[in-house]
Parts: sequence; C-alpha cells; structure tokens
Amino acid sequence: TEGERGECNLLAPLRTLTTSVCLPIDCPPSGERNEAIAASVDGRHPLSSLYCRKRRTSETEQAGLILPNGTPVDTSSLASSSSLLNRLQLDDDLDGETRDLFVTVEDPKKHVSTMETYITYRVCTKTTRTEFDLPEYSVRRRYQDFDWLRNKLEESQPTHLIPPLPEKFVMKGVVDRFSEEFVETRRKALDKFLKRVADHPVLSFNEHFNAFLSAKDLNKRQGLALLTKMGESVKYVTGGYKLRARPAEFAAMGDYLDLFTQKMGTIDRIAQRIIKEQSEFLMELREYGPVYSSWSSFEEDLHDPLEGVSGCMSNCSSALEELTEDMSEDFLPVLREYVLYIESMKNVLKKRDQVQAEYETKLEAVVFREDKKPPVPSDVEKCQDRVECFNADLKADWDRWENNKRQDFRQLLTGMADKNIQHYEKCLAAWESLVPLLQDKQEAEGETS
Amino acid sequence: MADSGSEAIAVIGNTDLTPSESENNLKNTMVEKGTSLLKKMEISVAEAEKRTGKNAVNMQETYTVYLIETRPVDAASEGTNPALDSLWRRYSEFELLRNYLLVTYPFAVVPPLPEKRAEFVWHKLSADNMDPDFVERRRVGLENFLLRVASHPVLSSDKIFYLFLTEENGWKETMFETGFQAKADSRLKALNATFRVKNPDKRFAEMKHYGDELQSVISQLLRVRARAADRLYGVYKVHGNYGRVFSEWSAIEKEMGDGLQSAGHHMDAYAASVDDILEEEEHYADQLKEYLFYADALRTVCRKHELTQYELEMAVQDLTSKKQQREELATGTIRTFSLKGMTSKLFGQETPEQREAKLKMLETQIEEGEEQVKERNAECDEFVKSAWVDIERFKEQKDHDLRESLISYAIMQISMCKKGIQVWNNAKECFNKM
Repeated sequence: TEGERGECNLLAPLRTLTTSVCLPIDCPPSGERNEAIAASVDGRHPLSSLYCRKRRTSETEQAGLILPNGTPVDTSSLASSSSLLNRLQLDDDLDGETRDLFVTVEDPKKHVSTMETYITYRVCTKTTRTEFDLPEYSVRRRYQDFDWLRNKLEESQPTHLIPPLPEKFVMKGVVDRFSEEFVETRRKALDKFLKRVADHPVLSFNEHFNAFLSAKDLNKRQGLALLTKMGESVKYVTGGYKLRARPAEFAAMGDYLDLFTQKMGTIDRIAQRIIKEQSEFLMELREYGPVYSSWSSFEEDLHDPLEGVSGCMSNCSSALEELTEDMSEDFLPVLREYVLYIESMKNVLKKRDQVQAEYETKLEAVVFREDKKPPVPSDVEKCQDRVECFNADLKADWDRWENNKRQDFRQLLTGMADKNIQHYEKCLAAWESLVPLLQDKQEAEGETS
Repeated sequence: MADSGSEAIAVIGNTDLTPSESENNLKNTMVEKGTSLLKKMEISVAEAEKRTGKNAVNMQETYTVYLIETRPVDAASEGTNPALDSLWRRYSEFELLRNYLLVTYPFAVVPPLPEKRAEFVWHKLSADNMDPDFVERRRVGLENFLLRVASHPVLSSDKIFYLFLTEENGWKETMFETGFQAKADSRLKALNATFRVKNPDKRFAEMKHYGDELQSVISQLLRVRARAADRLYGVYKVHGNYGRVFSEWSAIEKEMGDGLQSAGHHMDAYAASVDDILEEEEHYADQLKEYLFYADALRTVCRKHELTQYELEMAVQDLTSKKQQREELATGTIRTFSLKGMTSKLFGQETPEQREAKLKMLETQIEEGEEQVKERNAECDEFVKSAWVDIERFKEQKDHDLRESLISYAIMQISMCKKGIQVWNNAKECFNKM
C-alpha cells in the first residue's frame, strides 16, 4: 500500500488534467489477463488515457505505474511524469484509422411462434481486437437482448453514461409494432446504440458487450459473474449517506440536464403540433383538389387547365404526406431518445453523489477519530479512489456526450430543414410544369380565334 | 367578337394601388376598348371613406362612400393630364344602378357587384363590413364592376350609367323617371313564379344548367379553400414557437448557441410569411366570387328567356283556344267543354243575336290575339338573338378570365414554394453552424 500511495503522490499534478492513470479499480483475476488487457489499452485509443485503467496488483510485479501503451513508468524521477504528460493524448476525436471494431444492426425479420410474435435483427461485427476469438460475427438478437445488454452495462460500468435504447413499450393499437416504418425506426436506433457502445473506449471492452456480439445463444444468466470491480464496488455503495454539496462542476451538469430536458419536451410538443396541423391541412387539400376536377367535367376550354390544377394539388398532397410521415418516423423518435438518455445520465450523477457522500462521511469519521493515528485506513482510501475515478469517467463521458449531442442535433435539425426543402421542391416542380401548359394553350387560342 | 390577341387593358387612374393590386385589376378586367365608353374616359374607384349620417328612419348610421374618378381620354393629348372629375357613391347606389341595368337590359349578362356581406371567410378574415381589408377589397370589386359595364358593347352606352359616373346629384331622379321601378317589380314577381315552358330554346336550357353547376362548384371551392387557408395559417404560425424555444435553448448552450439563435429568427420569419400569402390568395378568391355571381346573372338571362317563351306560348295557347271556340260556335259542335256551353245546353240555346255578338267579340279577340302572338314572337326572337350574342361574349370572357386566374394562382403557389425553400435553406445554414 505504501507503493500505491507513492504513486498517488507522484501523479498529483496529473490530476489537474483530469486524468487518472493509476488508481486501482478492476482487479483482474490473472496475470496473463493483465497483459492481454494492458496490451489492448495501448495508446491506439486516444481516449483511453482519460479513463481509469486496469492496474496490475500482482505482487510479482513492481508496484509501478503502467502507461496506457503497456510500458512501465519510471517512477523514480519527476521528469518521467512530464514525459507522461507529453504522451497523454487529449484529443478525443476518433478518426477512422483508429477504429478496430465495426458493428451494424440490419435485416429485421419477423418470428412467429405459438407463444408470441417478435422481431429479430442481425448484428454483424467485424474486428481485429484480440478479445474476440474470430474476426467476424453474425448473430440474431431481439429487443429483449439489447435491453439485457444495456442493463448489464449500467450495472457493470456505473461510472459511465450508457447510450439510450429506443422506447421499450409501445401502446398496442396506437402503433403497429410490426409495420415497416416502426421496425425501421427501431432498427436505426438499435444500430446507433451499438455503434455508440462500440466507439466507447471503456464500454466497448466490456465482456457483456463481447458476449452480446459473439455468443451464438446469449445466456443471460451468465452476466452475474462478469461484474467489473468498479461495478462491484459501486454496487455496494449504500444510499444511506447524505451529500453535503454537489461540486460546482457536477451541479452545473445537473442544472443543464434539467433545462435541456425542458427544451426537448417543448420541441417535442411543437413538432407534434405541427404534424397535427399539417395533417388537418392535408385533409382539406385532399378535398380541395378534386373540386377542380369536378368543375373541369362540365367545362370545355377550361377543362385542361382545371384538371391541371387538380393534378398539381394531388402532387402537393402526396408531398405533404411524405413530410409528415418522415417527421413522425425520423424526428420525434430521436428527440425522445435524448430525453431517455438524460434520465439515465441524471441517475449516474446521483450515484456519483452517493459515492462521494460515503467517502466524505467516512473521512469525517476518521478526521474526528480519537486516536488520529495515520495511516488513513484503507477503506477510506478506497472510497477516495472510487470518487476520483467516478469523477474522471463521468467528466470524460460528459465531454463525449456533449460532442455527440452537438453532432446529433446538427444532423437532426438539418434533416428537418432538408425534409421541408424537399417538400417545397416537389410542390414547386408540379406548379412550374403547369404554368407553361396553361400559357401555351392561351397563345394557341389567340391564334385560332 | 373581341380578338383576345389584341386585348386592351383598362387604364387605371389610381396611383395608390399596390403593385399586386394593379396586377390584380389588370388580370380581372380584361376588357375591350372598341366601341365602349372606355375609349372616351378613364374610370377608377380611387378611395373609400367613412361617413356618418341620418338614415331613412332618422337614426345615426355609419357607412362607407367610394370615390369615383373619371377623366376624359383625349387621344391627341396623351401627354397632358386633364383634370379629374370625381364624386362619392355608396354601395347602395351601386345596387340601384345594377337593378336598373338588369331591368332595362334583360338580355344582358349584367356584371355583378362585389358581395354585400363577407362570406366564405376563414377565421382570421373579418366578416365586418367596416373592416379596412374588407372595404379595400370592396373598392377593388366596385371598380371592377364599373370597368366591366363600361366595356360592355350595350351597357356602356346607357345614359343613366354615364350620369352615375358624372353627376353626383340628380342621377337618381333621372333614373326613376325612366319608370324602371314598375318594370322591376313585375319582373321580380315573374322571375320568382314557377311555370313550365313547353319549348324552351335548348341552348338556354343548357346554359341555365351550366349556370347552376358553375354556381354550385364555385361555392364548394370557396368553402373548402377557406378551410384550407385556416389550416395553412395554423401550420405556419406554430413554427413561430420554434423561434422562441430555439432562443431559450441557445441560452444554455456554448458552441451550439449562435446557430440555434439565428435559426430561430428564420422560423419567426417563416411564421410571419403566411399573412402575405393568404392575403394574395384572397384576391384569387375574389376573382372566383365574381364568377359565382356572374353565374347567377347568367341564370337570370336564361330565366328571362323562359319567361318570354312562356308568355309567347300562353298567347299562342290563348289564341288557339279562341279560334276553337269560334269554330265551335260557327259549326254548332262543342268540342271543348265550357261552363257557358253547358249552361246554354241546360238552359236553352242562345238566340242568334247573342251568338252573332259572341262571334264578333271572338273575332276581335282573335285579331288582338294574333297581334299579341306576333308581338311576343318578335319579342322572343329579339330576346333570343341579343341574349345569345351576350352569352357568347360572356363565355369567351369567362374562359379567358378564369384561365388567367388559374395561371395567377399557380404563380402564387410557385412564389410560396420558393419563399419556403429560401427560409428553410437559411435555417439549414444556421443549423450547420451549430
């Protein structure tokens, strides 16, 4: 333990960069696995340096610091800490070259059995990672399986923000669970979910995730044994401790999430209202166009122009119908996903508060202890480690979430703009093609009369 | 018949018209110069004003008057600007004029007035006659009416019409002196009566049917259009809420804030744009309304034909029966039943003197009857001839005008689509900067 403490002191300057490279979290079962894991968390993954990394606790090893790339840090001089600094990559944008795990969700199929009817999706994986036995996998999974995975991730990686799944329950009778549109919307959301997990430097190495991607039959009971050390430790944090004050940083996150949820709710309501108004307009339009048609039936010269107008309106009706469908299928679900995401994020924040509360309470108890004997008991130290790890993980995930959010909303809103533009372009084309027809006829008439 | 290739456009003297209004007037009133009054004078309804005064039952009322401006067109001095003559008239005076024209020229498809009360309104549009938008649209409609009458080959040379345009006072008296009121009352009664015509001119029967169908379809069109306008208004206005929420949202964001904020402004602009769009569409609705009322005028002419035809048939029927009576009396056979005949049979034959007197009376009646049949026949023919000429003229005008209206409607839709594309492109640019 002294060695550990020595490391902690050395790394004090690093903490200001919100990196924690040393603190013990997950205790791997064997030395071999240590190596495998250490090798895998090498510097190829820029973000890995920002996260708490697994650390060897084997006594045969020097109680030394391991860099992300697996090389030991020379802890004997301060110079090495600055070199450590230099080697830490703070750029958290992933470029395609560094990606070594590709996942897609495709090919939904309906299964009918005597007990139930449900949809499965094909999950395809391509990877060069050594955690996987094969370079490629193709398995079939249903929504339940995705739900299982997410729960497992939440349990085993409680310090991380787990991406959201599309809504579980749909009102029977209101939505057709087997319609093409619903299934496609769900598929896209499930695909996004897996991709986000696959892109996450910590979550993507989770063993449950591995099993999900590779196991022929997902044995969902198997999960119990695969709880990570952090998962274990956080799991047993009791909620009995009261947090005095949430640190400003995390309080700001909480406040932001509350306001953000509000705004998402408002936008959802507005989008729904627009869809409703558009649908009602569409109804009128569907009645309006045909009146021109019936008028044309008792006109001679005006027959073609009136039919033309009727045809245009029919085109505009179809275009509008497509717009409202697209908004329903593509826009609203993404908004709702984010609202769910935020709920789970708030829970992570609360958990963090609990971990901090436990630490502070225990620390206080020690501080006011009668004997005032050093050293600080190891369980208080463990608490401190937990807090600092949690904070680091959360902050890193927060940055990543902010980035994703920005991209997601840029995409969502430009998509909305695009759909509206396409709608108007279709209408414009219809009317523009009509005008010359009407005008030509007019000129022809002028010549003949 | 007018050659649509050399259509002359009614000159509009009012420079206060907005470009869209001028355009609308031009499109509305594709009238012919030719032998019409318009060759000699420019006519416009330039302004509207509110007045208050005492009405017939000595109560205070507010009403609107419209300024009619006229200016002689001197071909020689195109460059100079001769003085404008002007006078004020209220809507009820226009109605009087139109009634006069209807009675005096029953064979003409008389141009209609703009609606008395706002109908087919969608909720944002006021149904209040005092509403400035309504007054403005009525001003345009009244000008249109005058220009149509002034370009009509027959109506334009009417003296009362000329006085209406030029004599503020005394016009009404001169009009009443023509004695049209009496004709008006009997005409109204006759038109409302139900009668069956045995041999109507097939063309008129078809025209009447066409008028019915036209009226029905345009009513339906205007009703649905008004509902659709209401809905479209809702769609655009709700987008304004995006403007507000994007603004609020941008306040809690760092990098995304600017893009969101400016996108919000474009959403506000989008929401606001619907007002102009629907105002323009109102002009189109007015053009349709004119023909809705024109359909009624057309039906009136057809009805008038039926009336003249009926009167002719009645006269013929009367003559035939009288001739038959004479024959019976002369030959002593009774082929038709008559109360007189029965009573004479029952109560004894009439004396030869009585019979002689009766015969003589019948002869005079038959002579008169034949005169009447000849007259009515001529009337009928005359009516059919001049009415059909005007109906043909009307048909061409209608085809031309409605086609123009449809074109301008299509152009309006195109403009609306282009504006929509522009706004969303602007918003998209802002979103891309998020």
